[in-house]
Amino acid sequence: MNDYAIDVQGLNKSFGSKHVVKDFSLQVRRGEIYGFLGPNGSGKTTSIRMLCGLLKPDSGSGTCLGYDVVRETAAIKREVGYMTQRFSLWEDLTIRENLDFVARMYGMTDRKAAVPAALEQLGLTERRDQLAGALSGGWKQRLALAACMLHRPRLLLLDEPTAGVDPQARRDFWEEIHALAAGGISVLVSTHYMDEAERCHRLAYIAYGSLLATGTPDEIMHRVSLSTWAVSGPPAPLAQLAPKLHGLPAIAHVTAFGSTLHVTGEDEAALERALAPFRADPQLTWRRAEPTLEDVFIHLMPKANGAPQ
Amino acid sequence: MTMQAFSWSRWVAIIVKEFIQLKRDRLTFGMIIGIPVLQLILFGYAINADPKRLPTAVLAADAGPYSRSLLAAMQTSGYFRIERHAQSEAEMDELLAHGRVQFAVTIPENFGRKLVRGERPALLLEADASDPAAIGNAIAALGQLANTALARDLQGPLAELAPRAPPFDVRIHRRYNPEGVTAYNIVPGLIGTILTMTMVLMTGLAMTRERERGTFENLLSTPALPIEVMTGKIMPYILIGLIQVTLILAAALLLFEVPMQGNPLLLYLVVSLFIAANLSLGITFSSIARNQLQAMQMTFFFFLPSILLSGFMFPFRGMPEWAQWLGSVLPLTHFLLLVRGIMLKGNTALDLLPHLWPIVLFMVVVIGIGLALYRRTLD
Repeated sequence: MNDYAIDVQGLNKSFGSKHVVKDFSLQVRRGEIYGFLGPNGSGKTTSIRMLCGLLKPDSGSGTCLGYDVVRETAAIKREVGYMTQRFSLWEDLTIRENLDFVARMYGMTDRKAAVPAALEQLGLTERRDQLAGALSGGWKQRLALAACMLHRPRLLLLDEPTAGVDPQARRDFWEEIHALAAGGISVLVSTHYMDEAERCHRLAYIAYGSLLATGTPDEIMHRVSLSTWAVSGPPAPLAQLAPKLHGLPAIAHVTAFGSTLHVTGEDEAALERALAPFRADPQLTWRRAEPTLEDVFIHLMPKANGAPQ
Repeated sequence: MTMQAFSWSRWVAIIVKEFIQLKRDRLTFGMIIGIPVLQLILFGYAINADPKRLPTAVLAADAGPYSRSLLAAMQTSGYFRIERHAQSEAEMDELLAHGRVQFAVTIPENFGRKLVRGERPALLLEADASDPAAIGNAIAALGQLANTALARDLQGPLAELAPRAPPFDVRIHRRYNPEGVTAYNIVPGLIGTILTMTMVLMTGLAMTRERERGTFENLLSTPALPIEVMTGKIMPYILIGLIQVTLILAAALLLFEVPMQGNPLLLYLVVSLFIAANLSLGITFSSIARNQLQAMQMTFFFFLPSILLSGFMFPFRGMPEWAQWLGSVLPLTHFLLLVRGIMLKGNTALDLLPHLWPIVLFMVVVIGIGLALYRRTLD
């Protein structure tokens, strides 16, 4: 037994000739909320499925809640709550029937009390006899979370749980995740949202099957020494400026935020030299800005692809 | 591998879930009950392997008493209905070619005179043999007619022209179905074909539906064992199969008055075995199929030979040996013999053994393949 809820080394998975996950290693501490980021098709879902015993790794080893990820998948399934990326409860069953079925699958002895309690907590007691398929996206997501929490797992694996959910529901969702983590449950959550990434204790960034960076949000921010300038002004000069900046070697990327452009580069001095000629324009206001996590990830991504900088 | 025990409560939960889903799927539920009733009434009343009153054209170049006797005898046999009197050979050809008549009978000139002189004149019967099954019995009846039709006319001085009786008698006992009622053959056979279709298809769809809707991933992430999922999902269909059989049997006895010579309990035991064999095939198909469409295609790939090579539609013994061998692999082939054996012949369990074990063997092999292919993971 160690202190890690997840502790895996060198997991590999290929589908046919496609190497989807390469040498994946991850350590998630107990009670930790671990964010899992990366572009679409980068191997996040495949990695999560290997952790909960739905896919068998081609090679590699490790433990999930102290159970071997290759040999003890039955034990892992009993103690892990897995929320799939796509809604995977039965749409032709009612809300209550879904929860009831899940409770029976996990052999819960207190099912008769646990299901009404979960319905109450969800605020779905009134609508318990509605078909799950009739729920809106936000409610489906809440139901799915309740279903994977029902058997009181020690580890939650959440695959893009908030995709397509409105901001208020996302905020509520994260409040709940933090409350669960405070109670000792470990959470691995994949997401595309940077604000959600910042709410995680630690992060892992995966692209094209390879893990590129792990650490706290702060550590990741400082691992890559980026410097950023924000330039604001009227739309016309800004629109003219952007294409001129794009091609410059000292500039990694330029991102538009309404009436502001974020110009990011790796080398602070080189960036300042490159920007100097444009700073004379009186219409534009220049100031130093903090690079965001998004800047860091966008910066990390092409490297994995082997594309030239 | 950590071993896990079979859980009855999980198993029951899967059965309950399957029943609820089936209950909500009105169309499927309606089909399961509707298909047997509809097919039974349709096929039971419509199919007739002994067609009578077939349209016939006559070209009579001799209108004498012998011709009239012959034509009258043909009509009374029940197989020929004389609809046309043609004037020329060309017209006869045309009637046959256009399919307006099934038979064309030509009575040559001076038929009566030649007959009386003992010259053995020829009576020509042309048949549209593009559908051999339709004309077989009628032609056999005509051969019989030639012996008896003129018996009354050939008396007195003509008596020596009458056909002589063969030196021995042939006695035919058509046992188990003396009147050759097609429904006695078709209706028990329908039990087998309807079960083959609905059982294989329904279970095939039930499993692939989970995969297609993504709910299979959820099911796999729970501690449910493959054997619980597989058997739990097929249990409701065993019940449905038994309901279908009861409907068909009730109609067979009440509407078609098919005899029930054997033990009904034995029949239900045989039916249960047959249902289990078909369900295991459906489950195995669904382990191979990626989606509902593929499961459907596999079902029909299996269903067609089951109908055509099992002896349901065409006589089993009429097929070449290799085809009989192929047909013997199919559970339906044996099931047809079993059902007809029990209902029409009153066979006992001991009589049935030779056709019981091939179904058991089929099931064991298919389940083995299915369990080997069941994907415990999403790989």
